[in-house]
Amino acid sequence: MSSTTGGYPVRRFSPERGTWSRLTARDSVLRRLDWVMLLAALALSGIGTLLVYSATRNRTELNQGDPYYFLLRNLLNTGIGLALAVGAVWLGHRALRGAVPILYGISVLFILAVLTPLGATINGARSWIQLGGGFSIQPSEFTKITITLGMAMLLAGKVDAGDRRQPDHRTVMEALALAALPIVIILLMPDLGSVMVLVIIVLAVLLSSGASNRWIAGLIGTGVLGCVLVWQLGVLDEYQINRFAAFANPALDPAGVGYNTNQARIAIGSGGLTGSGLFHGSQTTGQFVPEQQTDFIFTVAGEELGFVGAGAIIVLLGVVLWRACRIARETTELYGTIVAAGIIAWFAFQSFENIGMTLGIMPVTGLPLPFVSYGGSSMFAAWIAVGLLQSIKAQRSMSA
Amino acid sequence: MSNLPETGRTSRITIRLVVIQILVFSLLLTLGGRLWYLQIRNGDQYTAEAADNHIQQVVAPATRGSILDARGVPLADNETRLVVSASRTDLMKMKDRGRAVMARLAGVLGLKPEEVAAKVRLCDAKTPKPCWAGSPYQPIPITDEATTQQALQIRERQEDFPGITAEPTAVRRYAGPGGSNTAQVLGYLSPVTDEEIAKAKNGRSPLLRSDQIGRSGLERQYDTELRGKAGVTRYEVDNLGRVIGKAKSDKAVPGANIVTSIDARVQAIAERELDQAMKDARKEIDRNTGVPYKADSGAVVVLESKTGRVVSMASNPTYDPNAWVGGISAKDYQDLTGKDSDYPLLNRAIQGQAAPGSIFKVISTTAAVNAGYDFNGSYNCSSAYNIGGQVFKNFESKGYGAINLGRALEVSCDTVFYDLAYRQWQKDGGNKPKHPADWFYKTAHQFGLAKETGIDLPNEVRGRVPDREWKKSYWEANKDTWCKQGGKDDSYAGKIAKENCESGMRMRAGDSVNYSIGQGDTLVTPIQMATIYAAISNGGTLYNPTVGKAVVSPDGRRVHEIKPTSHGKLPFEGRTRDQIDDALAGVATRGTAAWRFEGWPQKEIPMHAKTGTAEVYGKQTTSWIATYTADYTIIMTISQGGTGSGASGPAVRKIYNALYGVDEKGKIDAKKALLPHPESKLPKIEKDGTIEAQPIASPTPTPSASASDGSSAPPSEAPSSDAPASPEQSPSRKEDDDR
Repeated sequence: MSSTTGGYPVRRFSPERGTWSRLTARDSVLRRLDWVMLLAALALSGIGTLLVYSATRNRTELNQGDPYYFLLRNLLNTGIGLALAVGAVWLGHRALRGAVPILYGISVLFILAVLTPLGATINGARSWIQLGGGFSIQPSEFTKITITLGMAMLLAGKVDAGDRRQPDHRTVMEALALAALPIVIILLMPDLGSVMVLVIIVLAVLLSSGASNRWIAGLIGTGVLGCVLVWQLGVLDEYQINRFAAFANPALDPAGVGYNTNQARIAIGSGGLTGSGLFHGSQTTGQFVPEQQTDFIFTVAGEELGFVGAGAIIVLLGVVLWRACRIARETTELYGTIVAAGIIAWFAFQSFENIGMTLGIMPVTGLPLPFVSYGGSSMFAAWIAVGLLQSIKAQRSMSA
Repeated sequence: MSNLPETGRTSRITIRLVVIQILVFSLLLTLGGRLWYLQIRNGDQYTAEAADNHIQQVVAPATRGSILDARGVPLADNETRLVVSASRTDLMKMKDRGRAVMARLAGVLGLKPEEVAAKVRLCDAKTPKPCWAGSPYQPIPITDEATTQQALQIRERQEDFPGITAEPTAVRRYAGPGGSNTAQVLGYLSPVTDEEIAKAKNGRSPLLRSDQIGRSGLERQYDTELRGKAGVTRYEVDNLGRVIGKAKSDKAVPGANIVTSIDARVQAIAERELDQAMKDARKEIDRNTGVPYKADSGAVVVLESKTGRVVSMASNPTYDPNAWVGGISAKDYQDLTGKDSDYPLLNRAIQGQAAPGSIFKVISTTAAVNAGYDFNGSYNCSSAYNIGGQVFKNFESKGYGAINLGRALEVSCDTVFYDLAYRQWQKDGGNKPKHPADWFYKTAHQFGLAKETGIDLPNEVRGRVPDREWKKSYWEANKDTWCKQGGKDDSYAGKIAKENCESGMRMRAGDSVNYSIGQGDTLVTPIQMATIYAAISNGGTLYNPTVGKAVVSPDGRRVHEIKPTSHGKLPFEGRTRDQIDDALAGVATRGTAAWRFEGWPQKEIPMHAKTGTAEVYGKQTTSWIATYTADYTIIMTISQGGTGSGASGPAVRKIYNALYGVDEKGKIDAKKALLPHPESKLPKIEKDGTIEAQPIASPTPTPSASASDGSSAPPSEAPSSDAPASPEQSPSRKEDDDR
């Protein structure tokens, strides 16, 4: 499996075979995809589209008088996301391996651009680039992919080549440096939520690479020490601490985060077992929850679909993660394992943080719920990740 | 795939992947658990909070019921005024936040645009008044005195006045029929407070922010009945307060009407005569102080003797109850309640208390008979009575020789009662009491003193019987001050303090003696004395006085009559009652009140009376007169007004004259009689629920001159003012303190 064109060995796909027969053949890539994960992710995006529509059809100040504005855009985003996923499968993660340095470089340039006058500030974080026509991108979403791929490339390089059984210290240091650069830039935005996700990704990547326990312990230790220092040295103002802690005690920031937390909890709590029915939630119809189509999309599910519907979203996320874990365990090359582990950590932590903040058990940060929240960049990144996982699965199956 | 992969896969990585997987699913389980906790465990709480969030109420107030007199004449009702209101929700939706509309409105109403804007802004900590303290979804009244012209302009040019309404609205009115005022009995309304809303939230009749609440008098006593239930339209709103739907709504139910036993005509006369009597008293010179009587307050009560129903009840000084309508101004409020006011809000008939003076002697007489003294026995009415060197004089030191108890009542002989009380005090053990019978104190309690009469008016005061128990607790409360002052001060006050410090806990001979003639620490209210004299008239039943006679539902179909109830019987046999009754008739014909009832048709309408003049430490005497016929009982008192017969006699007689149609010479003209017999029936209730009102004349002009000019020498009653047995027993009047 050394020679590859377009991601697939030449000897299996001879040029004389037609596209249709290629797709339906016994060894076809379609048959090698993880359809369970794919359907679960598609279901999440479908539910998400309905929830986004429910949350925005009355928000005249946002949808410019068109109740379908967000619905259509979300469908478009999902479509683009699917296309990107197909592209990722088509190219294959191994082919992308060669392009990783370029992709990494581009993503760093983009997040740097955010800090220049090109960037736009939304909700206190300078993390967007306005493209005009109502479109904007959030480059930090894509760094989640490029950091995973970049670190995987470095860490798996010597191991997959059979030179070492596990990454040496120098490699680990290089990988950490590679991750640190974008993390620091994003910290300057400041987009604390994305930084948290990236740190978790780095941790999972190191764990799955087989790096020595000392690195893991060191990384966790540094993180804890950093938090303690920030806390003790008074780097943060009291209002910042209050905003952070308001998820637990809304009274600390009653007009800001506390209001969000409170209204989100009321919306979800009032849903009960089966919810008030899609489009019938008074909290949603009355627009009591700010940012409801993006960061607080889960509250729509909680109120209108109840425990059954909101629980289904958690179960679907569980299905995606379960299949991803299987892929991580069963792939034969370390590169695939590391990429899968990074994606698992990303999806799992971001979902937990996003849903957790609407349920009042996690601090409020601006993180979308993968596949469900409205937002192009996040949708594209999530689907690219699905494409990468499928590619890992497909190529592992093939080579097994 | 269970075999280890051939390339680079170590068991360490596999273990770590399992750990990651476990962590991932723990996170998801945590989310599921928390979701269950919020939605299933606490779902109801959040559902309620969500409802609070998005439901707003608009209240259509219920029409408050009327308060009618015994003949259906409205004492308190509603008048329709043109109220111009602004919907804040509508104004705020406009591009200029309603500024143009408010400016136009100000032009029509002749106000300044700032004034209108100030009325519709919402109250908060930083906003000075005026501002709107109610719900922002409630139409905010701009004025309740719009003219028809102004209302028409607004309604015909609705396109110029979006969000503005001009509607006829019911506003409380105290009509004052026939020149009556009835202020303290009717009471007043004022807007509900936040605390009251919170308190009534879970009760049977929750309050709305727009509600007015009865604060005193009948308005308060029958508030629930009168108020009805406001109509509530509930709107679903979004986070910015925009209406997005309509929820369950309730229709308004008007309040019930209250028929009272008050007769507006008699009420008007009672008020006028009380006022006149006080004015006349101020022309009299008090011989003790050498200055004119102050006559600073007074009260008169007219009860139906056989039922305890209140025919009229007046308190002076008084005020115009309409001052409260539409919100009271700061100045008016200061005038009614401020330190410099004469507290006109007090209903002195039930909230004024004073020593009763000689009208107390019916109680002492009953006590003596119950203690075993013969009513017709012979008792020495000497000019003075000596106890251990202390001399208690009869009023103006007049002696009548040996007389019976009846005659003692007629001439109001103090020394007879001094002697009875002193003997009784000695029997009870004197300064070392052994199982005292305390007949005089026990009887006062049996007559209902030191206890509310239970009248259907709020905040009645109880008065006081200075028995041993009270003396003890009073001494406990004050001994420190007394002993401190008595130890170092050689003045008169210091001596009193010393004496009180040493023996104030004991019932002393002087206390008992003074008490027996209604002086000292005893406090009674006019309504208490009215129930007692009505009970003597009706054979002994102490009725709980009632003002309300019936509650009539707004459609007139349900009529709940308020039946008279009693709180006891007077503790005497029929024979004693008849003897006292005879003696009190004697007071009116040949006793202390005879000069005021000269020419009264005693045969046709037997009149009974007792006068009283109570000492008040540091003040002029309180005048009391208690009178009754078979039908009515009238009690009048004037603080710092002089003697009972002198100050109040002519006024009381004029009330009787009006009731029975008796002229100055004593001739009865049945046609002129306002109410020769108490009104037993309720006014006629029409099929549509309206209550027919009997015609009532406009107020008759006040007679210019009063009969009381002091020229005829009044027979005197009550004790001489220079002989208080125990000087500390003259507390200042409690009227103003005990409200």
